[in-house]
Amino acid sequence: MSLPSVNAPIGQTLPISVTINETAHSLDIEPRRSLADVIREDVGLTGTHLGCEHGVCGACTILVDGEPSRACLMLGVHADGAEITTIEGLAEPDGTKHPIQEAMKQAMSFQCAFCSPGFLMSTVALLRDNPNPTEAEIREELSGNLCRCTGYTSIVEGVETAVTLLGSSALGSTGDQATGGVA
Amino acid sequence: MKNPPFNYHRPATVAEALDLLAKHGDDAKVLAGGQSLLPVMALRLGQPEHLIDISAIDELKAISVNDGVTIGAMVRHAEAEKSAEVKQHAPLVAAALPHVGHRAIRNRGTVVGSIAHADAAAEMPAVCLATEATMTIASTDGARTVAAADFFEGFFSTALAPHELLSHVHFPAANATTGTAVVEVSRRHGDYAMCGLACSIDAGGGTISSAALAFFGVAGTAVRVADAEASLIGKPPTADAFAAAADIVKATLDPSDDIHATAAYRKHIAATLTRRGLAEATSTIGVPA
Repeated sequence: MSLPSVNAPIGQTLPISVTINETAHSLDIEPRRSLADVIREDVGLTGTHLGCEHGVCGACTILVDGEPSRACLMLGVHADGAEITTIEGLAEPDGTKHPIQEAMKQAMSFQCAFCSPGFLMSTVALLRDNPNPTEAEIREELSGNLCRCTGYTSIVEGVETAVTLLGSSALGSTGDQATGGVA
Repeated sequence: MKNPPFNYHRPATVAEALDLLAKHGDDAKVLAGGQSLLPVMALRLGQPEHLIDISAIDELKAISVNDGVTIGAMVRHAEAEKSAEVKQHAPLVAAALPHVGHRAIRNRGTVVGSIAHADAAAEMPAVCLATEATMTIASTDGARTVAAADFFEGFFSTALAPHELLSHVHFPAANATTGTAVVEVSRRHGDYAMCGLACSIDAGGGTISSAALAFFGVAGTAVRVADAEASLIGKPPTADAFAAAADIVKATLDPSDDIHATAAYRKHIAATLTRRGLAEATSTIGVPA
């Protein structure tokens, strides 16, 4: 995939095509704007949270072509042609939670929940690539996400609960299993 | 903070990028993966008038094997981490990669970008020094090569002129009797290290024939400790030899105090990492990649 050369003076917008949660969007954006701002303000998906806006807190973590990336450290124009998944793309259209969301709810991994979208997106990639991680691996893979409430213990337990909930099924299985065991 | 305004350029070829650098030099910065430059801009530590985004330049995206490994300027950390060629031919690079940032940072950031950024606490500049890597620097004046030892000049400062592009870095091949390790102490895994060590040791036949010890986080650039390396030559790779080298390291390094660690603590960590790193490197000798 070769992109043509671009020269955009300050203030000029550039067209991009991006697929977010399986919906195609054609947008005109200024190159200075972060992908996080484009997702929140132009597309209206405000579940991607912005904490530090310089790549430290991990709250804005999304999946770009399946891989966790900090949306504040990408320009919107970098998403041209990409497939993006945000927190809004996890649950089923009928509102049934993704098994990892359900597991983290069960484990009370969320307190104020500002950081949760980032943790969830990092966990989706973690369990896709390593369905049965050790506690050390969970802590390592989530080390790029900060939480100021929980002390992390309940978040790690949430990931471990997700491993159990997901069981032998493929990631992304739907409601029946996800809600199993919930009172 | 939001990014300051900038003129945005996304050249499709290296030649176009070099023309832009020649034209805008002092007022321009090269944007590769953005994991260092975009925070610098967000914090207003830098406010370039022109950003030259090299992410669309296909000729910079390759990892090639040539008596070692050459990594192009748009190879992301995650791509190098997955590369069998890097594991086999540049094991110290492979050993360093899991320590670089966090998963999400490695998915976007580039190996060469980290080298050009020249953070004294980062892993890749130390790996360049330890492996005696060669930098290929391109400009409209032509290409030149610079040895790693001459490339890093100080905090965030390198031999790169404003109109130049660090296009490739070549890491020489490690031989079969060389072991490598990267060890560090940081407050959280993935954070910049308070002190770290990239080391290699060649101990074919039970005697050390060469060793490299490159520390990061202890000075304005990564630093090798030549006396400690020399002390190892001709000895068997034992804990006693490593401890003697560690004593020299502790006596040689001259780190500063900062909010993360005192100078005395950094020296203590450096000595511990010398013993730990050399033992770990020795244990990897002859283990297939």
